Order: sequence, then structure tokens, then C-alpha cells
Amino acid sequence: MAAVNGTSGNGDSIGGMAAIHARGLVKSFGELRAVDGIDLDVPRGMIYAILGPNGAGKTTLMRMLATLARPDAGRASVMGHDLLDSPQQVRSEIAMTGQFASLDEDLTGRENLVLLACLWGFRGRAARARADELLTAFDLADAAGKQVKDYSGGMRRRLDIAASLVVTPGVLFLDEPTTGLDPVARKSVWRMIRQLAGSGVTVLLTTQYLDEADQLAARIAVIDHGKKIAEGTSRELKAATGSGFLHIALADAARLEEAATLLEQRLGATAQRSAEGASIAIAARTPHDANAALGALIDAGIELSDFSMGSPSLDEVFFSLTAGGRK
Amino acid sequence: MNDAGRSPATVLVQAARPPAPSALSNALVFGWRAVLKFKHVPEQLFDLVMTPIMFTLLFTFVFGGALAGSPGAYLQYFIPGILVQTVVFNSVYSGMGLSTDLSKGLFDRFRSLPIWPLSPFAGLMVGDLLRHLIAGLIILTIGLILGFRPEAGVVGVAGAFLLLLAIGFGVGWIFIVLGLLIRTPMTVMTLGFTFIFPLVFASNIMVQPDTMPGWLRAFVDVNPITHMATALRGLMSGAVTSRQVLLALAAPILLTLVLAPVTLAIYRRR
Repeated sequence: MAAVNGTSGNGDSIGGMAAIHARGLVKSFGELRAVDGIDLDVPRGMIYAILGPNGAGKTTLMRMLATLARPDAGRASVMGHDLLDSPQQVRSEIAMTGQFASLDEDLTGRENLVLLACLWGFRGRAARARADELLTAFDLADAAGKQVKDYSGGMRRRLDIAASLVVTPGVLFLDEPTTGLDPVARKSVWRMIRQLAGSGVTVLLTTQYLDEADQLAARIAVIDHGKKIAEGTSRELKAATGSGFLHIALADAARLEEAATLLEQRLGATAQRSAEGASIAIAARTPHDANAALGALIDAGIELSDFSMGSPSLDEVFFSLTAGGRK
Repeated sequence: MNDAGRSPATVLVQAARPPAPSALSNALVFGWRAVLKFKHVPEQLFDLVMTPIMFTLLFTFVFGGALAGSPGAYLQYFIPGILVQTVVFNSVYSGMGLSTDLSKGLFDRFRSLPIWPLSPFAGLMVGDLLRHLIAGLIILTIGLILGFRPEAGVVGVAGAFLLLLAIGFGVGWIFIVLGLLIRTPMTVMTLGFTFIFPLVFASNIMVQPDTMPGWLRAFVDVNPITHMATALRGLMSGAVTSRQVLLALAAPILLTLVLAPVTLAIYRRR
């Protein structure tokens, strides 16, 4: 596990030790500022997650760092190489698995990997040996001779990640690595990512799943509308929202608004209402406060079907960071 | 070995980096990809060859007698022309292929590799030239069966094919640029044919321009496709002049000089 440090900037701020060091990255498409001045510091060997909803600018940020899109402003270095001055050196240190399979559908899985191995400089037999090694490691040996268009979503994603590991990258970029996968395939991709980080590869991944960031990443940057709105460990992000969270479910969905308003008055926080399931989540400083608030609901004749007190989920953190920040 | 105890991590650690390959090696690898495409998608050749075969049969037997006195006489005139037409039409398909690759994110992977930036296009060209060669040989064979007799013999035909490949190389850049700029393969095709059709039909590929109105004849005379067909006829009949060959090569050379840098600029900027 890499060391986690809440503060940034301790001497070596030039980015010599960092896997990724970015300052003020901007990328616009017409009027839209897709990435609007983002700073990023990712230490070597860490799994770092960029979390945000669709259209937040995650993919654009990653494409800039992978030399696929040119920043309009800002500077960045990857493994110590400047993005703009030496893109070829950056490319020799990175691998990127995009959101959409970057594979040749007409070729077999094996041919795809041999092709990439040859592009990296493996020759003939060595290229085939490397391809077979990867196919075995990613549990694709049986499908090696099949055309990629006949692969399932999970197989495709595994092959796509294998294709990024023909040579060991310094930084592996994974753009929404588990989007569209079933739970089993998703778990297996997570396991793979942890193993890679364990062997020293820095992994930068984007995700819109909070549990994915929570499960995998040592640090998380939350971005929305092209800006970084929070950064830290998942524990830090949760702590910033409030230590305790009261979750209740109502027997009668029609009284959702009434109950939420009452809780907000009692607890002095913004309640997150969820119409489906008639549930409410709200920060409560102490169990005593929560207890008093529940009492108020019962006094008002609002019947509860369930309640619990716990730390906020990343969903709730995300909600209070984005929706709360916009108010 | 079975996969017990093997994991991505152990495979990672084993990987020693080979020395960086040359630009030529990169290009050849992409050429190999084009060859693999023939293996896995052989039906693409069917598409590429059927249209020219139908054109040959239609023009020779339906229009040939009226145009040149007899189908046999027309065949002598038409075969070199249809070869040029085939190469130009087939270039449209390679632009579509590129557009398809780009729409699927495959080129993102290529662009994030430390390789010679033009090598994917060099590979596309290798594939194109192979396609031109195969399609050309099939049409020539059918022509020979129907009675086409190139007076300049094997040497003349070989020369004609070399010129044909040079034409394909030059024209190919137009559709590589279109393929890079346009995201939908169908639009590349529509736009390509909109542009290509007048050039191909308002040329001397199918008929001598003698009976055309003056303004059209003026266009036919400066149309690069006309010069290509004329030089190819000359090479096959043995009556070629170096001026004809140079005129035929002018457009492909110009296209390469202008569009290869443009291709690189667009590719880098995307």
C-alpha cells in the first residue's frame, strides 16, 4: 500500500518522484470547458481514481495525460517526462485501455497481442511467446484463436487490459474499466488491477461507480463540470461530509417531503431525498441528535419502515459535494 | 504449464523490454495487419471485384459494339480504363476502413504507442496496394479470357501494373484524409463517390471524348484520370510515351507530397 498523505507539496514538487504531476490542465471543445484547470499529483505505485458523473471531464483529462489530446493550457509530466515537450517518451512509459475496446475486432485475440508485441519491438517467436503468456495469465488461452468480435464483454475487457501490458507500463490508464460488465467480471477486473498495483504499476482509473473508487483506490479525486471539487482518501472524503449519517425509510412515501423538512430543521443539515424507496439520508453529529430527530418524526405520526445510523456511503459524499456545491 | 499460480502480476514482472523497433519495422507490422484482414474478411475482396467485373461485362457486350464496332475491339480500349477505375473506387473503401477503425477507438491505442506516427498509414497503404494488385489481376484475367490482348506483352502489363499501384498510392491519400476527418464510414463513401464519379465518367475511361460537347471535352483533357487511362493503354499496347507516363504520375506525386504531411498533422491534432 502506498503512503497516503493528506497534504500535497513536500519538497519534491517538480514531479520527479510522482508518476503524474499536472498543473492547471484545460481542454475546451467549442464553448464547453471539458477540463477546467485541474491539478493532479499521483505518487508512483498508487491506484488513483478519478470519480465523477458522465460528462464531468474524466475521459478528456485522461486522454490529455495519455498524449491523445493536447491541453489548451496547463502543464503535466508523466513519469518525469513533460507531456508537451517529449510525448514519445511519455508514450513509452504508459498504456491506456479506453472506454471502448481498442482492439481489432476482425483479428483473433492472439493476433491482436502479437501485433502489439511486434510494435513494441518483440520479434517473431518472442512476440508469439509474449502473446501466449498474456493470454494464459488473463484466462483467455481457450479463446486465443477466436475473432475478437465473438468475445463476451468481460473477455474483451480482459484482452484490452492484457494489450496494455505487453511491456510493463509505468502508468496504466484505465477509462471506466468495469462499465458494462456483470458483477463477476467486474470483481475479476478489480482483482487484476490490485495485482498490477502490487507489482509497482501506477494505475489511474476513471469511474462513475463510487464503490469502485472506494474498493480500489488509495486516493480519489472527485471531478464535476471539469473541475476538481474534492480530493483525498475515501475515509477523508467521508469525514468531510460528516462523521455520522442517519438513514431512514418511510412506510408512506407521500410524507417524504414532510419528513425531510422536519429532519432538516432538527439536525441543521441538508437531507438527501430518494423518492424510489421513500428513503432519506442526512448527516447527524451524534447518535443523541439522531435519536431526538427520530423522536420528532414519531411525534408527528410519520411511520418508519427502517432506520440505521452509520458513516456516509461515497454516494452520499458525492451527492453532498456536487449538489451541495452547486446551491 | 497450466494457469495455476499465474496472474497478471507475475507475467508483468517477467516482461523485459525489447529494443525499440525501427520505423520500417512498425510499418511492416501494420502491413501484416492488412494481410490478416484478407484472411479474416475475405468477402471484402468480393465487394471490390464484383463491380468492375459487372462493368466490364456490361460495357463490353451491351455498349461495346455500338461504341467501338465490336465487343472485341472495345475490350482492347476498355480494360486499361476499368483498371484505373477499380483502383480509384477501391481507395474509397480503404478510407471507409480507416474511418471504421477510428470510430472504434483502435487508433487511440496506436496513438498512445511510442511508434513512428505515420506507420499505421503506411500499413494501410500496404493493404491497399495488395488489394489493388489482387483486384487488378482478377480483372486482367477476365479480360484475357474474353479476348483482351495486350500487344506489349508481359513487360508492358507489368509496367502498367506498376503505374497502377503508383496511382493507387497517390489517390489513397485523399481517402486517408477523408477517413481521418469524417467519423461515419458511410459518409466517407458517399462523399468519396460524389467526388469520384464525375472524375471517372468525365474521362476517357469508357469512351473517346470526340463526340462530347466542347466544354466537357476540355474538362476530359485536363482530368488526371484521363492521363492515367491513356498512359495505361500506352503501356499495354506498347505505344507509350514518357510524356504520357509523367502526366499520369503528376497527380499521384502531387497528392502524396501535399497530403502525407496533412495526414500527419490531422492525426497528431485529433
